[in-house]
Amino acid sequence: MADNNLTARKEYWRANLRLMLVLLSIWFVISYLCGILFVEELNTIRLGGYKLGFWFAQQGSMYGFVAIVFIYARKMAALDRKFEVHD
Amino acid sequence: MELQTLTYIVVGMTFAVYIGIAFWARAGSTSEFYVAGGGIHPVANGMATAADWMSAASFISMAGLIAFYGYGGTVFLMGWTGGYVLLAMLLAPYLRKHGKFTVPEFIGDRYYSKVARIVAVVCLIIASVTYVIGQMKGIGVAFSRFLEVSYEMGLLVGMAIVFVYAVVGGMKGITYTQIAQYCVLICAYTIPAVFISLNLTGNPVPQLGLGSMLTGTETYLLDRLDQVVTELGFAEYTTQSRLSTLNTFVYTLSLMIGTAGLPHVIIRFFTVSKVSDARVSAGWALVFITILYTTAPAVAAMARLNLHQTIQPENAQNLAYAERPDWFKNWEKTGLLAFEDKNNDGLISYTADPATNEMVKVDKDIMVLANPEIARLPNWVIALVAAGGLAAALSTAAGLLLAIASAISHDLLKGVIKPEITEKQELLASRIAMAGAIGLAGYLGFNPPDFAAGTVALAFGLAASSIFPVLMMGIFSKRINKEGAIAGMIAGLSVTLLYVFQHKGVMFIASTSYLGDMSPNWFMGIEPNAFGAVGAVINFTVAYGVSMMTREPPEHIQHMVENIRIPAGASAAQSH
Repeated sequence: MADNNLTARKEYWRANLRLMLVLLSIWFVISYLCGILFVEELNTIRLGGYKLGFWFAQQGSMYGFVAIVFIYARKMAALDRKFEVHD
Repeated sequence: MELQTLTYIVVGMTFAVYIGIAFWARAGSTSEFYVAGGGIHPVANGMATAADWMSAASFISMAGLIAFYGYGGTVFLMGWTGGYVLLAMLLAPYLRKHGKFTVPEFIGDRYYSKVARIVAVVCLIIASVTYVIGQMKGIGVAFSRFLEVSYEMGLLVGMAIVFVYAVVGGMKGITYTQIAQYCVLICAYTIPAVFISLNLTGNPVPQLGLGSMLTGTETYLLDRLDQVVTELGFAEYTTQSRLSTLNTFVYTLSLMIGTAGLPHVIIRFFTVSKVSDARVSAGWALVFITILYTTAPAVAAMARLNLHQTIQPENAQNLAYAERPDWFKNWEKTGLLAFEDKNNDGLISYTADPATNEMVKVDKDIMVLANPEIARLPNWVIALVAAGGLAAALSTAAGLLLAIASAISHDLLKGVIKPEITEKQELLASRIAMAGAIGLAGYLGFNPPDFAAGTVALAFGLAASSIFPVLMMGIFSKRINKEGAIAGMIAGLSVTLLYVFQHKGVMFIASTSYLGDMSPNWFMGIEPNAFGAVGAVINFTVAYGVSMMTREPPEHIQHMVENIRIPAGASAAQSH
């Protein structure tokens, strides 16, 4: 029983790390890549009155951050229930 | 009604509300004082966090900086929001699970060391005090302007008000007051933006207005702005950059890590009742912050466009100085806006070339305050902006003071010096510590040693390089031990401090700088304000290296780390 519990905890933690890695990659792409490193390339594309790179830097990245945090909270709540570790 | 009277009424009403709330929600126990009893709803907590987080720098300065830096102002937007992603995933839920009152307490427990706890207290106090001085100065300037008294008198009034509601209310009072302050500041920020966006583009949502066409034309607002500024010789607004790409990258990273390492933000997540609430609460905080932060670029671009169009109403036809609008005259009186008729033609010529430019001074910080006047909005809107700026500065100052007071009374006094004191004595000690911190910050506010934007950036750099790395490693690694953590904090903090001091002078006194504030001397072209991220990397490396060379942490600590990672079994935050 104790061993099962330990394996379940390890699995829970691994699932958490996987989710974090995916979300942190998105975090990096929308801010550091789209908003800073590849901003000039993206600026050749238009989004209405915005140049796309400029839009990512001053609007899009922030909407993305909000989405990431809520997705994380939601998926983690599901993981908590699945592994029965919720509080 | 007269603007002055209106400002009195609006500011007075908001303050009556704040102080009323502080008395209604005053704290009776240490738990209520430090973490509001751990029973705040995640949405309410998110709102309070947003007010705590957004200071005078966000409210007054940021849009002005973006207005003149254009794309280059992006570092502040991404840097001051992206940190919440790190906070929500890497720190908040685990620190909440651990369930203690303060950040140094967690560090002391995890690294089984009083020394580590004391080093953390020192880092926390250095970062928070530098930050709070900037806020006190903002409060002083704002009060002196609205009450028409001297700067010193304005500062005293501000100190008295912070004293009343922070000392009486504790975290519980501060939390409810901050919710009210958030409402005031967000209305004050968005209402003028909505009006201006509507005027210029016909779209009431500023975030959409920024990407729309100007009313009655086929030209997009940003294209028109690019055209106007480049014709005058300035860099193109949407592509203009500050320094190198590497510097932009590091600066953004530094602000993000600093956000996640600032103690007054972290302790906000101890006030919710569950681990899952801590995650959700970080999301709500970010929503409330993003409302202001996505409005700011619109405010910035529209203010810049309005400014140029006021000075140059028709194509290449400059405004006559004699016909300048009232706001122009008002700001000239403050010395923050200055005109010099270099070619004696009586017209205002505003260009990028210093030889012909006659707008010899346009202070970036006046843009948000002057914006409603430039756009000719009614007086009550201008009065509201004043109340909003004060709400932003006061809420941040109160949150920082609480973090400082709890570090002194809870971590130093109860944790190390005199563990046997009663709850009542501890509560008294933290109120005295808070009063002391207000006094100290006020004193430094009277004699600011060249403190300004550099101070705020240093606060972030210090938090990024000292506190964040050891918190994160304490959760994600079982191998990091006390020797590693202590060495890491000291290395990160000192490298960052030394780099800033060597370019900006010891304690910011310019004459003592040993290399001068000159970009040729910057390490890889990284400006001192952005150096916190480099300090953080050093902290991580040193902590890892030292830990590997010394003994691994005892078994019960490794169990504790495993336990922190699982939400089950979290109780309300408490002392040991």
